[in-house]
This record gives sequence, structure tokens and C-alpha cells, in this order.
Amino acid sequence: MILVIEQILNGLQFGVMLFLLAAGLTLIFGIMGVINLAHGSLYMIGAYAGTWVAMETGSFWIGIPAALVAAALTGFAIETLVIRRLYTRDHLDQVLATFGLILIFNQSVTLIFGRQPLFTSLPGFFEGSVEIIPGLPYPTYRLLIIAVGLLVALGLYFLINRTRIGMLVRAGATNRDMVRALGVDIRLLYTIVFGLGALLAGLAGFMAAPILAVQVGMGEQILLVTFVVVVIGGVGSIRGAFVAGILLGVSDTLLRAFLPGLLRQVMTGPEADALGVGIASTGIYLLMVIVLLFRPKGLFPVGS
Amino acid sequence: MTVVLAIEDLHKHFGGLAATDGVSLDVRAGEIHALIGPNGAGKSTLINQICGELTPDAGKIRLMGRDISGASVAERVSMGLGRTFQVTSLLEEMTVLQNVGMALQARAGGNFRIWDRVRGRRKIWDEASRIIADCNLEDRETALVADLSHGEKKQLELMMAMALQPKVLLLDEPMAGLGHLESQNMISQLRTLRERAAILLIEHDMEAVFALADRISVLVYGNIVAEGSVDEIRNDPAVREAYLGAEDELC
Amino acid sequence: MMQRKYLLAAIGLLVLVLVPFLTDITGQSSMLSLATRALIYGIAAASLNLVLGYGGMVSFGHAAFFGIGGYAVGILYQNFNEQTLFLGLVPGTDQMLLTLPAAMIVAAMLAAVIGALALRTGGVQFIMITMAFAQMLFFLFVSLKVYGGEDGLIIRRTNDLPFLNMRDKATLYWVVLAVTVLFFLGLRQVINSSFGAVLAGIRQNERRMEALGIPVFRYKLYAFVLSGMGAGLAGALMANAMRFTSPDMMHWMKSGELMVMVILGGVGTLFGPFLGAAALLVLESTLSSWTEHWQLGLGAILLIVVLGSRGGLVGLAGRIWSRK
Repeated sequence: MILVIEQILNGLQFGVMLFLLAAGLTLIFGIMGVINLAHGSLYMIGAYAGTWVAMETGSFWIGIPAALVAAALTGFAIETLVIRRLYTRDHLDQVLATFGLILIFNQSVTLIFGRQPLFTSLPGFFEGSVEIIPGLPYPTYRLLIIAVGLLVALGLYFLINRTRIGMLVRAGATNRDMVRALGVDIRLLYTIVFGLGALLAGLAGFMAAPILAVQVGMGEQILLVTFVVVVIGGVGSIRGAFVAGILLGVSDTLLRAFLPGLLRQVMTGPEADALGVGIASTGIYLLMVIVLLFRPKGLFPVGS
Repeated sequence: MTVVLAIEDLHKHFGGLAATDGVSLDVRAGEIHALIGPNGAGKSTLINQICGELTPDAGKIRLMGRDISGASVAERVSMGLGRTFQVTSLLEEMTVLQNVGMALQARAGGNFRIWDRVRGRRKIWDEASRIIADCNLEDRETALVADLSHGEKKQLELMMAMALQPKVLLLDEPMAGLGHLESQNMISQLRTLRERAAILLIEHDMEAVFALADRISVLVYGNIVAEGSVDEIRNDPAVREAYLGAEDELC
Repeated sequence: MMQRKYLLAAIGLLVLVLVPFLTDITGQSSMLSLATRALIYGIAAASLNLVLGYGGMVSFGHAAFFGIGGYAVGILYQNFNEQTLFLGLVPGTDQMLLTLPAAMIVAAMLAAVIGALALRTGGVQFIMITMAFAQMLFFLFVSLKVYGGEDGLIIRRTNDLPFLNMRDKATLYWVVLAVTVLFFLGLRQVINSSFGAVLAGIRQNERRMEALGIPVFRYKLYAFVLSGMGAGLAGALMANAMRFTSPDMMHWMKSGELMVMVILGGVGTLFGPFLGAAALLVLESTLSSWTEHWQLGLGAILLIVVLGSRGGLVGLAGRIWSRK
């Protein structure tokens, strides 16, 4: 039982990470109609910049602003130099261009940091674990990630539902032309949304850094899962991104943790492991297929 | 006269709103039956249910006596239900000839063939040219649809619908956006069609409706409030009250 | 104009036929294998283009069909080698005249299943659901230890064809070239057929086609199956050329690569995907021979192509042609 709770927490932690990435992606997708494959690169840049600064200065905390600034600046640069020219083009051109961006970012990072993964150490306070229920010590840092993720979700909720920018964002996700017709400076709105998405991706990247290896290609691995989250949640829906992120994070983690064990009871060890991992990896895609067959626009469809 | 299209007690609700609230009407062979009503009366909802793009909550639609309520859009078309769109919907990257040809191709069938040459189907292209010439558009045969004027597009829609040789034709505001001269042409064109297909005409242009219709039904808030000949409807005080408000709109 | 086009095609074909001699004279035998792969990727990309360019269905999962074609060859070879029956029913074989049709049939069946489900959605959801199916297949083959799991299957000998020595690289190239030419002619035939016209209509305006009495779903599914067959054929050829098949053939990056080839060459054009495939492979190999950071150059070139031109390489060539 304690094992299950631990894995659910792990899933929650993975889920909020997915949410941080998916929130930006779903807005960019829903409002600007742009498929941005380079969103994973922003995650990678956040991880690299933050980790490098943290290593150089010896302070985890200075890494945070570094990661955010690097990701946001890259985001602004991408938006003004490339994405802005793609708003009116079809999805295929966007795919090709942002695919090109992935190659450029991956190689640039390799050029600057080399092929060796970077590792950070955690600030002292977060190295240990706390006993959340008797018999279950849980790493403090993972709890921090969950807390930050939930805080960001809350913050976004207020931003979207209580502020003028949020109102424009909601209107934009439902009906792009209407916002344009309102005489809003749509360019500025786009840049802000893109920058915000980049910021969140950078934050996710930096927070993931102490848990995962910081390496080239980390962006693409998570990008695909993020797209799955966006589509399951409903394109343009922050709420959908949150629900789908948690759902996917938890179910993926539980499948990976327990399926091989369950299979081992009916098959031999190594084959059960291989099959278990295989099926567990398939889980999120299967989930998406099922959701889309019953709700073609995702769980929380936006607009018409 | 035989009833070719019968709508029986049709209901459609969107949330709490009854867009179609027990509509019954029929279209008989050889007639033009006009459906009029103010904006928001539920005309589009009704036409979408007849075409099969929307599923009614209750009620039946019969075409030539057969219940088509469960049939798909394409099935209804192949059973003899043609339509035009309020906002023209054409194959914009193709020529006028190709558009009409596509309609004929759809009627002729054999479209899963991958070993023939569509340009080699002479019968189709000859007939398409003839149809276009009949409408005096032969000069525009090779023009791309994207380059056509609004009036020409409306005409092309009608040609494509008629190329399918429908038993019943739904015309969704064929006059919308046409200039005076174009409207006159469209009216005289529609007048000749009635023998080839029974027509359900949805139209705002009262001049056209009174010039063409054999019968008129008035739809208000999802209900048919009146049905009758042109004169009956023109003089029906209830219709004036419910539908027009201002009297001068009835010419 | 028409004759000039045929003349150009004839010259192009002649050059392609002569490639093995050219690489032999210049002593660059690696170029021959590159040319073989370029042709095969051309088939795969052109197949994808049938749904993507001509049918307007953006499939992000075509690597599934490419990969299943490869595995059809690999598994049949394994059963042949071990003298076992596949699923206890089908004997293995190393005859290309059997393996290629088998690969196409398997790919067609897979495409029928995936298409029937995926085509219920549209737009972005269609992109993602096709990707999801391909990823599921990818992980399935990763977890199948019988067929080598992550490492894939090694095919010791290229499939046999009667009267030909398939061990000879040049012979293999010519066989692939012959299949490519046949495929190209077949594809052109499909596009000019009654079905091709309906497909073009569907891409432009589905609602209009429904209103003409065309059951759109069935036509799209048919196109999807034909396209899957083509990709399966390419996969089978690739397994033969590389003498190897692995789950990587089904990875989503492979689907992306095929898509890039189509867009780079020109969406909805006959020659485009072939040009795009060749261009991408040649770019990769030349850039990587200059610098280990060749991806930087490739990324920049992709970006320039998209931002600087519309309609890919074929569009670019068309503009140069008409400026003359």
C-alpha cells in the first residue's frame, strides 16, 4: 500500500512537470494555431542554463532565475524571428521550421556544453526526505516540485480567469478573429503568451534537472508526451492540460512500476519485464486513442 | 400531387432552446415550396436536419415515401436530395468544368477505380460542357472557381446540384448577395427548374419568394405559424404580426 | 512543353540507371548505398504524400507502415532460416517476389485498422492519433524479445530474385530502381484516376463532396490504405537494402523525417517527395562529412527553405523555370 502511495506521488510529480510544459504549448497551439515542436528545446535550454549557473555559482537558487531568463529570452527570439512569420502558414510549414529549430538548438547546446550530461546537487535542505505518513519517507525535492506545480496551476487559474490578459487569452483560444477584430494588439498578446509558455517550459526543465540527466535530446522525449497531454486535455484548455497532465503522469508511473511485476506472475522474468515495460510505454498512447475516439476534441474542448 | 419530401413533427433542442419545435411540412412534385421566417427562426437548423448534417431529437423525414431520418448526408444525396449552400461551398482550386464534372462523376459512380483516367471519361466531360453552356457560362468553363464572381458561384452551385438530377432540391438563400439583375436571372432560372425537381426554397428576398412560390410556410421560433398560397400569406394578419412587424417589408 | 518534360524524365532515368557505373568509376561505393536508400525513402515519402498532399490527411504515423513492411521481411526471413512457421501457420521465405507483396498486404491491413479509427477525428487530433498508433507499435516491437526487441532483426542475406545475384550492390540498386519506377507510374495513375479526382475534391472541400453524394470517409480510408501499402513496400525494400530491421523504423522521429522529406520536396506534387528524400539524405551525408555538427547546418537550411520559399523544392524549381 505504501508502495502504491509512493508511486502515486511520483506520478503526481511527473504530472505537474507535464502540466508546466503542456500549459504553454496548449496556449500557443490554441491561440496562435502554431504547432511548436521546439517547445521541448525551451525545456532543455532552461535545464542547461539553470544547471550551469547553479554549478558555477554553487547555488541552486541562482539557477532558477537563470533558467527562467534563458528560456524566456530564447522564447522571445524564436517568436520574433521565426514563429511570427508562420502564423498564416499551414501546419506543415510550422512543423518543418520548428523541426529545423530543434536541430539547431540541440547542436548549439552540444557545441557549448559538450555531449556529457550535466548534474546538479540539491540545496542542503532538499537533499533529504520527510516522512509524510508513518513508514513512507519521501524525497523533499519531489514534494517541492509538486508544490511548485500546483502553485503555478493556481497562479495560471487566476491569470486566465481574473485578469484582462487572461480574458484576451481565453477569447483568443475560442475565437482568434474576434480578438483581432476587437483591436487588441494581437502581436503583443502573442509574444506575451509565447514568452510565458517558454518561461514555464524553462522552469520545468530546471526543476527536472536534479532528477533526470541534463542532456541533449531530453526535450524531444518529453515533447511527445506533452503533445499527448495537450490533445487529451483539449487544445487551448489550461484546465484540460492540468487534468490530462496529472492523469497521464500518474497512470504512466503506476503502469511502469507495477505492470512488469504483475506479468512476472504469469511469465518468466526477463520476458515479463520487456513486455511490461513495452505495454506500460504504450499506455499513454492507448489512453489518448480511447479518449479521442469518444471525445474527438479532447476532455475539455475549447470553442467550436 | 404526390408528396416527395415529408417532414413529420420534427424536434431539435440545443440546451434549453427549441430550435425546431414540432415542424411538419411537405413538398410536392412540381412545386416550389418557400420557407420564410425572420432571422433566428430556425431555418438553418431545419435545413441541416433535412440534409443530414444534424440529427433531429424526434420526428421523421421521408423522401419519396422512404424514411431517411437515419441516413447519412451522402446517402440522402444519392437517394435524390440535392441542395445548395447559403455561403457557396465549391471546389475552389478547380475549374468550373471540373466542378460540374465532379458532380456528374459522383452521380455516375465508379469512383473507387484507380486504373482509369478521369480525363478519359468523355461522357462526363461532354455533359458537363453542355450543362455549362445551357447556363450561358461557356466562356468561364476553364476559369478557376476562386476567380469567379459571387453571382457566378451561386450559379455554379445550382448547376452542380442539378447535375445530380435530384428529386427534391433544397435551396438555401439562392438570392443572398446577388445584385438586382443577377437576382432576376436567378428567378427566371429557378422558374424553369420546377418541372425537373421539386424545390424547398429558403429565402429572405420576398420579391423572389412571391414571384416563385406555389406555397409558402412561415417559420417563427421553430414553429410553422402559417401555410398557404402567396396571396393567403401576403394577407394573413397573423403572419404580418408575428413575422414582419413592419408592414412595408411585404412589398 | 510536354515533350520537353518527357525528355527530361528520360535523361533523369538514364542518369539513375548509370549511377552504379558512376560510383564505380569514382570509387565512392558508399554513394551507391546512399542512392539506394534515397530511392526507397522516396517511395515512402511519396506514399505519405498521397494522403498528406493529395488527400489533406496529415499522418504523423507513417513510420508504422514503413516499419511493419521491414518486419514482414525480417520475420519471414527468420522463419525461413529456422524452418519454423509464423504463428504456426505461415512458412518463412527469402523470395523477394513473395516478401514484397506480403509486406504490402500486412501494411494495408494495418492501415485499414488504424485508418478506420483515426479517420473519425480530424485536424490536430488526427495528427496525434496516427502518431499514437505508430508509437504503440514501436513499443510493441521493442518489447517482443522473439524478434530481437530493441536491437531488431538481422537479415543475413538479401531476399532472392530469380536469375539475379542479389548480393551484388549494383543489382540490388537496379532492382530498387525498377520498383521505384513502377511505383511512380502506379502513383501517377492513381492520381489521374477517377479516385484521384475525388480525393483531390475531398482535400479541397469535404462538405461539398458529401453534398455531391460522396461518402467521404470510405474514400479517405481507401487512400490511407493505398498509402500504407506504399510505405510498407518501402520498408520491405529498406530491410533488404540494410539487411536489418529494427523498431527505430517505426519511431515517431522517422514519421517526422518522412514528413520533412515531403514538405522539403513539395507537398502534393508527384516528384517532390522523391526530390525531398534525395535532398535530405544527400544533405545529411555531405554535411556530416564536413563537420560533426552537421545538424546545425541542416536545421538552418530547413529554416531557410520554409521561411524563404513556398511549395518546397518543386515550387522553387517551378519559379526558376517560369522566370526563364
